[in-house]
This record gives sequence, structure tokens and C-alpha cells, in this order.
Amino acid sequence: MRRRVSPVQVLSYLVLTAGAVIMIFPFVWMLLTSLKPLPEIYSLSWLPRQPTLQNYVTILFRYQFGRWFLNSLLVGAATTLSMVVFSSLTGYTLTKLDFPGKGFVFVLILATLFVPTEMLVLPWYASSVRYGWVDTYWGIMFPGMIHAFGVFLMRQFFQSLPNDLLDAARVDGLSELGVFWRVALPLMRSPLAALAILAFLGNWNAFIWPLIVTNRSEVFTLPVGLAMFSGEAGAQWNLITAGATLSVFPVLLVFAIFQRHIIESVASSGVKG
Amino acid sequence: MGTSRHSSSVVGLTLRRRRILWAYAFLAVPLLFFVAIRIWPMLQAFQLSVTRWHVDPAQRVFVGFHHFQQMWGDAKFLQALRNTALYAAIGVPAQVFLGLGIALLLNNIRRLRGLFRAIYFAPYVTPAVAVAWAWSYMLSPHLGVVNTLLGYVGIPPQPFLTSPTQALPTVAAVVVWQFVGFHVVIFLVALNSIPREIYEAARVDGASGWSLFRRITFPLLNPSLVLSVIMATASPSIGILQLFTQVMNLRMYDPGGPLGSTSTVVLYMYQMAFRRFDFGYAAAIIVVLFAIILTISLLQLRVLRRRFEY
Repeated sequence: MRRRVSPVQVLSYLVLTAGAVIMIFPFVWMLLTSLKPLPEIYSLSWLPRQPTLQNYVTILFRYQFGRWFLNSLLVGAATTLSMVVFSSLTGYTLTKLDFPGKGFVFVLILATLFVPTEMLVLPWYASSVRYGWVDTYWGIMFPGMIHAFGVFLMRQFFQSLPNDLLDAARVDGLSELGVFWRVALPLMRSPLAALAILAFLGNWNAFIWPLIVTNRSEVFTLPVGLAMFSGEAGAQWNLITAGATLSVFPVLLVFAIFQRHIIESVASSGVKG
Repeated sequence: MGTSRHSSSVVGLTLRRRRILWAYAFLAVPLLFFVAIRIWPMLQAFQLSVTRWHVDPAQRVFVGFHHFQQMWGDAKFLQALRNTALYAAIGVPAQVFLGLGIALLLNNIRRLRGLFRAIYFAPYVTPAVAVAWAWSYMLSPHLGVVNTLLGYVGIPPQPFLTSPTQALPTVAAVVVWQFVGFHVVIFLVALNSIPREIYEAARVDGASGWSLFRRITFPLLNPSLVLSVIMATASPSIGILQLFTQVMNLRMYDPGGPLGSTSTVVLYMYQMAFRRFDFGYAAAIIVVLFAIILTISLLQLRVLRRRFEY
């Protein structure tokens, strides 16, 4: 077998590489700038001439980026746990159990997919003011506790699970909870992992709601903290890019490890609606 | 015989009953969340839009359709609405066609396909705030690397985000950069699901190159095209009609500027609510946007489905 590379393929590689450079460059530039001392911002250097980690020390210890990072982790972990548990429970119930009102529940959850977050932030804010949730972790995380996207993702995977398997477990005397928890759920490891990653990323990146519900910098999430800090930092791009790097690179790391998983579940949830 | 059949049907009934009870028990908390977090607040948004409400939600006054009338005389709102339409007019075709183009190129190659796919998709998963600030730096007129690069090829420095005419297309370009990978993935899935035999059959019939694409690939991509356009326009995650985070962060010192040229409906809603504390008006604005989003999604669904039907 001879390997042939057609001119069309050569051209494809060229165009794709040029595009890939445009996609990657902002991340590289962000990282490089975060390693430069401030004077090099003004001398427009390409590579840092005197690379330094001082910018990271500054944002972590003179400003509150460490705190914001931990806040984002905490909020992300709690909402992800809730999303995974309740999405799989709902997805399972909608595919594997029969009950009166199933169609209604389905339509109700489906309808929430069409309501953008932006429409809900004012009512959420009104409730948060009334119940004292402004500037609390619960206030930041309650809207992320469940999302129809997760339900439909899990529902799609549970549909491929054979009913015979569940019936066999029932015959063996497992309760419905046991069937779900000990038989169905363990077979869903990889969809659950995908859902967990997507839910966590969604929360890690969330901006408009955390911006609205927090005023005190102690409870800022990383995106809100970064926006507020950068808005006041003037042209200290070395510090701003250090903050941006801090919020981007953990995501890129997770993405690098699980990219096949992430892309495939985004594609399948997108394609199936 | 009779008694045993009777008892088994009773057991069957209770089993069914128990399963129904389990189903309701499983759904109790998730449904409570759905109603409390999504459904009830949606109804509340409509209710808020017909009230006047400053700071204290307890002191609301019913004002009927006053806010909706106010909007049509509000030049800044109309500008935000016009801008939002412009963002969609630039951003949606750019995302969809670039996404399709890149997917077709990826479909041509075998080696490194996975790597390229991951690279194009990466910006989609990264925090919009962080990448907006990175772009804000790169596009800054004096310190930005984009102008340095343009200088190498003899193009004079551009004002980008500081110019009333260039700012909106620049923001749109950043949005396209961030979301194009999503469309690449959608189209790749669709391209991979087209059976090879169809192409082979068509080649036997003498079709090639462009006519293969026009007669087979493109029509078979129709459902993905519909999906892609609708997602780019109005999806809750990347819909350009809800543009906010990028606009806010690309020009933090003057969100929506210069001269309101980058303002969007959601940004204006945010400013009305949390700068002017006119929550009722803000709610009315977002209700209007919701109506627009719903109408456009339904229209797109109908028009795009029809145009390519075979």
C-alpha cells in the first residue's frame, strides 16, 4: 500500500493549521504575558525576557484570587453533585418506570430548556433578597442545582439499558431504589463522568448570575473576581493575564484529559436536542 | 384456581402501585427544584414586567403595559435591540459556515483529525470572562499584539474596541472564535453518519466534487444545519441573542460603549436593573427578548426545514 497525499489534503492541512494557530494563540499569549514583569508589557516584548512568577504571587496573596479559586471549586463541586444525582434519578425514572402523569412531567422539564437563564435572574434576585441569600454560597449555587440538559443527557443513555436486566434484579428481590443504585447507575459510569465534567465546567464558567448575587469580594467566584479585579487594574495586563490563566488552565487540563468524552457528550446532547 | 388468580392480580396491582410510588419518590426533589428554580421564576418574570419595583421587592406597584410602551420611546433600548440583531446577522452565519468549512476540511484528512478537533473545540469550554480579557488585551490599540502583527504586513494600527464602527464586529469576531468549535463538532457527527455507499453510488453515476457536495452532502446535512443555526442564535448556552459576558468584559470600563455601539438587550437589562434599580422595566425588556427568541427559533425551524426538503 502506497501512502498518497492528494493536493486537496495538503491544502486542508495548511488551512486547518492556520486556523488552529488562531484558536491557540490567545491562550499562549495569555500564559506568556502572565510571566512578564510590568515594564515588558510596555516594551511589547514577544517572549518574556525576564520570566517571573511574581504576578501569580501578587494576585494570590495581595489580592483574593486564591479565595475566589476555592469559592469556584466549592460552588462547582456542590452543584455538580446535585446535578449528577438528580439528573440521573430523573432520567432513569422517565425512561424505566411507568407512572400516571409521566407525559406531563416530561413536557414540564422540556419546557424549561427553552427559558434562557437571563430571563430568570431578576426573579432569582428578588427571591434572594427576600430570603437573605445575597452574598451567600447557596445564593450562587441554587440555580445550578438542576438543569434539563442533564436530565435529557442521562435519559438518552438510560434508554439503551436493557429492561430485562432491571427486571432480573427485581426478581432477585432488590427494591426499586436498589435496582437504580446498585444495577442501573454503576453501568452509567462514563455518561455520569461526562455529565459531571460538563456540569462542573458550566458552573466554573458561569458569570451573569454570580455577578448579580454577590457584592462582597469574599464570596466572588473566579470569573466575577477576575472581571472586577481587571476592571480596576488599569493596564496591568501582566496581573490580568495571570488571573485569566489561573481560571483557564485548570479547564484546559481537564479538557486535555477528557476531551473525547466531553466532545462526544456535547455532540450527542446537541444532536439529540 | 380462582383464589390464586385473585391473589396474584392483587400482588400485581400492589407491585404496580409500589413502583408508581417509587417513581414519585424519585421525582420529588428534582421536580421541586425544577418548579422552584425554573418554572415559577419564569412566571414571576412576566409578573414583574407589569410592576414598578425599585430596590425593595415587597413594595411593588402594578403599572400594566407601561414598561412595554416606554421601550418603544427608549432610544438606548432600541439601539441595544438593533445591535443584538446585528450581532446575530454577523455572528450566526459566520459561526455556521466556518464551522461547516472546518468540519469539511477535517473530513478530508485522516492524521491529526482528533487533535485539530480538540484545538478548535477548546475555546468553547474555557471561561468566557478570561478569554474576553485576553482578547481585550490583544486588541488594545497601543499595547495589543494584533496591531503589532498587522504592522508586520503593513496595515496601520486599528482602534478595534475603541471605535464606534469597529467595536461591534470585533466583539462578534471574539464570539465566533469562542463558539465555532461547537459547530465543527455538530457537523463532524453529521458528516460521519453519511453512509459511504451513497457517495460510491453517485460516483458510479458520474457525479464528482462540487456536485457530490451540492446533491448529497449538503441536503443530508440539513438537520444539522437547522440545529446549528438555532443553537447559534438562541440556545441557552451560546445563543448570540443573549450576548452579555463577552460584551461586558471586553469593555469593562464602559460596558456597551463606545457610544452604546456594542450594547445588547441583556446588557441593557442588566444596567437597568443593577445600575438604575428599575427592576420592573428590566423585567419587561427580558420578556420582550424572550418573545423574540421564541419567535425566531420557531421561524428558523420552519423556514430551514422547508428550504432543503427533498
